[in-house]
Amino acid sequence: MLSLIVFLPLAAALALLALPRLGDTAARWAWVAVAAADLALVVAAWLRYETPTAGRLAFEEQAEWIPGVNSSYHLGVDGLSLPLIAMTAVIFLACAIFALRETDRPRLQAALFLFLQSVSMGLFVAADLILFFVFFDLSIVGMYFVIAGWGHGNAARSAMKFFLYTFLGSLALLVGFIGLYIAADPHTFDMVELAEQTPFAGSSLAGGLVLAAILIGLAVKTPTVPFHTWLPPAHTDAPAIGSAVLAGVLLKMGTYGFVRIAMPMLPEAWRDWAWVIIVVGIVSVVYGALVALAQTNFKRMVAYTSVNHMGYIVLAVGAAGLVADDTAQARSVAVTGGVTQMVSHGLITGALFLLAGVLQDRAATYDMDSYGGLAGPAPRFAAFFAVGAFASLGLPGLSGFIAEFQIFTGSIAAAPVTAIALVGILLTAALFLRALQRIFTGETRGRSVGFTDLRAAEVWSVGPLLVLSLLIGVFPRPLLAVIEPAAEVAVELVGR
Amino acid sequence: MGSEMAMRPLLLLPEIVVFLGGLTVLVSGSFLPRTRQWVTRVIAAVALVAAAILAAVDLPGPAQPAMEGTFTVDTATGVARIVAAVGTLIVLALASDEIAGSPRESETYALFLFSTTGTLVLAGADDLLVVVVGFLLASIPLYGLIGIARTPRGAEAAMKTYLLGALFGILLLLGVTLLYGVSATTSYADLTDRLAEAPQGVVAASVVAVLGGLMFKAGGVPGHFWVPDAAEGAGGAVAAFLTTVPKIGAMVAAYRLIAMLPDTLAWPLLVAVLAVASMTLGNFAAYWQSDPRRLLGWSTVSQVGYLLVPVAVAGRSDLALPALLLYLAGYTVTNLAAFAVTTAFPDRRDLDSYRGMGRARPWLGASLVVALLGLVGTPPTVVFAGKLTTTAAAWDGGLAWLAVLVFVNTVVSLFYYLRWIAPVYGRGEPPARTLPGAFVPRAWSATTAVVTSALSLVLGIGAGVLWSVFSI
Repeated sequence: MLSLIVFLPLAAALALLALPRLGDTAARWAWVAVAAADLALVVAAWLRYETPTAGRLAFEEQAEWIPGVNSSYHLGVDGLSLPLIAMTAVIFLACAIFALRETDRPRLQAALFLFLQSVSMGLFVAADLILFFVFFDLSIVGMYFVIAGWGHGNAARSAMKFFLYTFLGSLALLVGFIGLYIAADPHTFDMVELAEQTPFAGSSLAGGLVLAAILIGLAVKTPTVPFHTWLPPAHTDAPAIGSAVLAGVLLKMGTYGFVRIAMPMLPEAWRDWAWVIIVVGIVSVVYGALVALAQTNFKRMVAYTSVNHMGYIVLAVGAAGLVADDTAQARSVAVTGGVTQMVSHGLITGALFLLAGVLQDRAATYDMDSYGGLAGPAPRFAAFFAVGAFASLGLPGLSGFIAEFQIFTGSIAAAPVTAIALVGILLTAALFLRALQRIFTGETRGRSVGFTDLRAAEVWSVGPLLVLSLLIGVFPRPLLAVIEPAAEVAVELVGR
Repeated sequence: MGSEMAMRPLLLLPEIVVFLGGLTVLVSGSFLPRTRQWVTRVIAAVALVAAAILAAVDLPGPAQPAMEGTFTVDTATGVARIVAAVGTLIVLALASDEIAGSPRESETYALFLFSTTGTLVLAGADDLLVVVVGFLLASIPLYGLIGIARTPRGAEAAMKTYLLGALFGILLLLGVTLLYGVSATTSYADLTDRLAEAPQGVVAASVVAVLGGLMFKAGGVPGHFWVPDAAEGAGGAVAAFLTTVPKIGAMVAAYRLIAMLPDTLAWPLLVAVLAVASMTLGNFAAYWQSDPRRLLGWSTVSQVGYLLVPVAVAGRSDLALPALLLYLAGYTVTNLAAFAVTTAFPDRRDLDSYRGMGRARPWLGASLVVALLGLVGTPPTVVFAGKLTTTAAAWDGGLAWLAVLVFVNTVVSLFYYLRWIAPVYGRGEPPARTLPGAFVPRAWSATTAVVTSALSLVLGIGAGVLWSVFSI
């Protein structure tokens, strides 16, 4: 089941490459069909999903891979990963639909994104550190070609910067993984076994160093301050669907690593360094929001709000390390909020970046001051944009609220000082309202003149993302029911 | 007379087959007309395939001493035989475009085979004098091969290689002589105990000299000066050969040497320092190279650094030997894939001249990406598995800092490999550059590039199988 979900897109990508006679239109629709099929498989998996017992995974698959170093092809899902693979499938389908009008080498683009989809799915279901790393690294390679091949502006430079930064991070991660492997007895890369063993129990110096390597690797990918500098140029110069995948899916690889690898495998070190993680989270929240506030380029602004939104997740997982007897409930709420935020941010930012792609497509600029009164000629665009902006700033009734509310409830209960990060919400509210005002209100002027409203493909790609955000916002139970047990397990593991 | 004292020449059958193959090529080449020299290529290929098959048949068996205990046939020898034979076979495929019909065709093939024999002798040597024989047999044909290009650059490179080879050869002999002087033996079996009681200063100096000779052969610091010049000045197939095949023998020989030494001195540290120097110097020197072959030449210097990592923990971690063999096999396939792309377009001697190649020739572009990212160590290529296991071995053997430095260097290296990939997929190229007609590759090289890069991926995914073979 999981192997099929992971490798179906890759197989389709190879088929697309092997059939050069296939026309562009056929290639684009084939991409949509495969992405839809993959989503259907994920939905089927979700319907059959039953919460596994603590320390186990659902739909497990395991086969020998490199037995010499105890690394196996091991897949499985639980409440931390299932929502993320569902979100991934949704975002990639949205991108496939959005790209229906693409004219620049659509067959290659479809193959590249299908490859990226396989890689992303693989990462979230991997239960072996080397398998995880393989997918982690390949996501960087895939995204490099997306930015370099279909980007605009200074794409080559941004792609290079993206590659160098995130590759550096991935190697730090690999150092940490090897450290875990060496410390485990017997040596293994299996995530389930490592979480059971906690290899560095009792050696705080070595455990701290290994945690540092893993944290740096994940922090670059997430990205948190001060490792975020690759993100704004990469986003600004990437194509719309590239940005949607980068922000919606790839950034989650970092935060997912926190809850899947760092917390359960290095609980002692995690507790020792919880405050450092919390501080990094708070700084990311406030700094990301402040810098976003200063942007005049809409896409850069959304990119910086990603730093801010990822900061909430870092804050939540940091707070989960503040172990005290009476806070288990609160910390579990924080982790639940963190995972919900991963899903919510994926949907919302995916939608916002696709909308930014519409700006680029129609008027070739992201500069907010070049627009004005856009609500007049493009009412649907304005409506979608408004929903996306409100979801992003955490308005109740949308998914961002559910996530941030839980993060703050949990974190503040565990450590009241984290309330400082609430400033971030205020700032994002201000900056999104200001963006709305700049672009959409007033007299129609500048690039807004003659701006055509959303086309069908754009409506059908952005719309479902916003509807899902709304659904999670008003009816979060089914999602939370999946996440909560896993969050409780994660909090329990880190408390060992 | 025990079994160690027997000659048992049949155990050396693969070496004998390759050497006789070289002789046959040499003799029959002088009788064949210019238009039928391809026959010698077939003979060479048959000899290599036969050697690889013979080695594969021997591989599962237990370790056996041959030639009165001066040569060992074990897993390491077996793997080195197969990898070197297959590597030379791939080089022959590259050479088909370049050398076919050239005045020195059969001589080139013969020299390839002799040098390969030298590499095989080095890989199995269990005696310092056999190391010397292997060194000379592997080196001397190389001088001829580099100079065969008959260009001013080729002549300069041949001269440089020859002078350095002479120097390091003398150094090697000096080291061997001193070790013999303090231990009265050249056999590894006896050296371990006798060196423990020998004056440590002499032992240290002579081991450094022997290692220096092997580093010349492998192309690592401090014997690396000839590599970039030879890679640039020699013909494409020769460049591919000399940056790949001699390493196989030299690295296995270095491993055996370090594993044999007694614990009286800090050998791991010495090798680790050489490893760091090689990888760092190679990487930084590769930074601003604009000739792809010269870039690959420096890259190969840095790869010797990674290969030295498991050597540094020889005998201290169970992972070390299989990791070394895995990395050697992976490096051979991947490096040859990168060279195959350069020999597919022999006239494009500037990174920028590859601009637009990715769109004009998607398969070759993909091969180059796989090969270069493979050299970086990106999964799922086989070099990733090699890098993973070598660093795990270093960490396991108590050199965690070396593992970290490997990764730091990997990041450093990424930049120059990307400098080549970037123009290949450059955007906004004029149609003239992106049409297939702008890039007409040589047929054999193009096929070889695609096959070897695919092999690099397949071996990476199947690394578990290789590992289980290598750790018999």
